[in-house]
Amino acid sequence: MSASYPFGFLNEYAKKEVRRSTLKAVAIPGYQVPYSSREMPMGRGFGTGGLQLTLSLLGKGETLKVIDQGSDDSVNAVNLRSFIEMTCEGINTTTKTDEADFIQSRHRIPETALREDQLIVLQVPYPDPLVVVEPSEDKRKILHGEADYSRLLVKLYEDIVKFDEITISHRYPTRINGHYVIDPSPIPRWDVPKLNQSKALILLGAGREKKIYAVPPYTKAEPLAFEDVPFRVENFSDENGQRRSCQRCGCTSSFLDEFVDSKTGKKVYQCSDSDWCDAQGSASVAEGRTPGATDEYPPTNIEQVVVANG
Amino acid sequence: MDKVLGVKNLSKVYGPGCASCFELTGPEHDTNICPNCRSVVAAHDVSFDLYKGEILGIMGESGSGKSTAVKCLYFDHEPSSGRATFFDEGRQYDLFNLNAAQQRRLANHRFGMVYQNPHLGLNFDITAGGNIAERLLMSEVDNFSEIRGRATSLLSRTEVLPERMDELPKNFSGGMQQRVQIAKALVTNPPLLFLDEVTTGLDLSVQAAILDLIMEIQQEKDTAMIVVTHDLGVIRLLAGRTLVMKYGRVIESGLTDQILEDPQHAYTQRLVASAL
Repeated sequence: MSASYPFGFLNEYAKKEVRRSTLKAVAIPGYQVPYSSREMPMGRGFGTGGLQLTLSLLGKGETLKVIDQGSDDSVNAVNLRSFIEMTCEGINTTTKTDEADFIQSRHRIPETALREDQLIVLQVPYPDPLVVVEPSEDKRKILHGEADYSRLLVKLYEDIVKFDEITISHRYPTRINGHYVIDPSPIPRWDVPKLNQSKALILLGAGREKKIYAVPPYTKAEPLAFEDVPFRVENFSDENGQRRSCQRCGCTSSFLDEFVDSKTGKKVYQCSDSDWCDAQGSASVAEGRTPGATDEYPPTNIEQVVVANG
Repeated sequence: MDKVLGVKNLSKVYGPGCASCFELTGPEHDTNICPNCRSVVAAHDVSFDLYKGEILGIMGESGSGKSTAVKCLYFDHEPSSGRATFFDEGRQYDLFNLNAAQQRRLANHRFGMVYQNPHLGLNFDITAGGNIAERLLMSEVDNFSEIRGRATSLLSRTEVLPERMDELPKNFSGGMQQRVQIAKALVTNPPLLFLDEVTTGLDLSVQAAILDLIMEIQQEKDTAMIVVTHDLGVIRLLAGRTLVMKYGRVIESGLTDQILEDPQHAYTQRLVASAL
C-alpha cells in the first residue's frame, strides 16, 4: 500500500508550501498564515489541518503520538495514527508523551510538561477568534493588523455582567507575544497556561479554513481578561471544596473528565489524559498506594456523558 | 483662544469626477450633480476653524453636504481633497494623512460622534453598558470595575437610569437611545464632539432635554462641538457661529445671531423667513 504513495502522502510541492507557511507562522507569532489546504482522504473538519502539518514536518526515525480528547485510543486518534503509519514509512508511534518527538492532538495538551526537543500540532476547527464578533474576513484582517480586540473584550464584559464570570469553556482567546489574539483550538481553559513560555513549539493547523499559525517556544501567551477579573482555569472542587481526584489513578492535579457510572448512576471523575493516568497508576502501585477501582482504560461499565467541545 | 480644529478646502465627490465637476455644480447651478460625468459633489471647498469650548453649527437642507463634511472628519468617509488639522495637548495631527490605525485611535480616544440614527452609533446586540465599555476597551482601559464605574456615572449624568445599563438598547425609547449614544461619545472625555442631527425625530420635550444636556456638557467640560442640523431652533440655542451649506458649498458663515437676524444670501433669507 505504502509503495503507491509518496512519503507523507502529500507531494513534495505541497509539503514545501506547508513548511514555508509554518516558517512564516513561527516568524510572526499568532498570525494566521493562509495556505492552500489540500484535499485529504478524509473530510475537512476531521483534523486535516493538523494532519497536513504532521505529514509535511515528520521525518523518518521520528516518534509520533496522536491524541484525541486526551486519549490515544479514541476513533479520531486511531484513524489518524494508522493513516500516518501507512503513508510515512520508517516512523515510530507511541502513546507515551515522554517518548514522542512529535505530538498531534485534538482538544488537549498533555499533562506531562513538554520539552524543547518536542513539537505539538493542534487541530483547529475555527482559527479566527474574531469570527464571533465580525463576519467579514476582510474586516477581521484589519482588526488583527491593528490589534483591535475591543469587541472580544466587550463579549467578556457582557459575560461578567450576565453571569458574573467569563463563560468561555474552550477556544479561549489568547494574545500571543503582545499582539495577535488566537483561537488556541478547542483545548479547555486548563491547557491555556501551558501555551505561555512553552518549551515545545506549538503549531496550529486549520484544514477547512486553510490557516496555519504558531506559538513559538518561550513566547508570551496571555488569555484575554480584565485586570480585576483574572483568567482562571476549570475548578474541580466538590461541594465541600475538596479537589476531586481521578477514580482510576487517584491523581488530584490533572484535568478530569466527568462520567456517569451506568450501574450506580453516580458521577465519577477520571483523568482526561490517558497516558498521564496510566503513568500515575503505575507510580501509585510502585509507592504501595491503592490504585482506583478499575484498571481498564476506558472503564467498561461507564458511559461518557460529558464530551467537552465536540 | 486655543484652536482645536482647522479645516481647509475639504471636498468630497462620489463618482468618477471630472475637471468641470466643481465649475458646473453648486448653488448657482442649482445642483450638486455634475452634468458632465454625473458625479455627486457632496461637499466642496469647506473651510472653517473651531476653538476650544466653541459650538459650531452647520445648517442646510437635506443633501446639502453638512453630514458628509462631519463624517469625513470622523473618518467615516474618505475626503476627495482638503486638509484638516487637529490640535490636541500640544500636538498637531494632519487628519487625512494619518494611517488607518492612527485614525481609529484618534476617533476612539479624542473624538466623539453622536449620529441621528442610534443604530449607527450603538451596537444593538450588546447592552447599553457594553456599548460604553467598548469605547473604553478600545482606549486600553482593562479594569472591569473602573469600566463599570465610569459607565454608571456617565449614564446617570445623561439621565439614563443606571439600573437599566445592563439592558439592550432596543428596549429603550428613542430619546434614551440618544442619551446612551451621548454617554458613549463622552466616556473618554473627548475634546471634540460631532453631533449629527441628534434631536431630529424626537418629540419636543425630549429634544429640549437633550439640548439642555448638550449645553451643560459644553459648559462643564469645555468640549468643542460641531452641530449638524436643519433645525434653526437648535442652531439658535446651541451654536455661537454657523455655516450655511447648499449643494455642497458653504454659502454663508458668521455669528449665529447675525445670520439669523440679517441673512445675506438669498437662500439663507428664505430659510430664515420660512422657519421663524
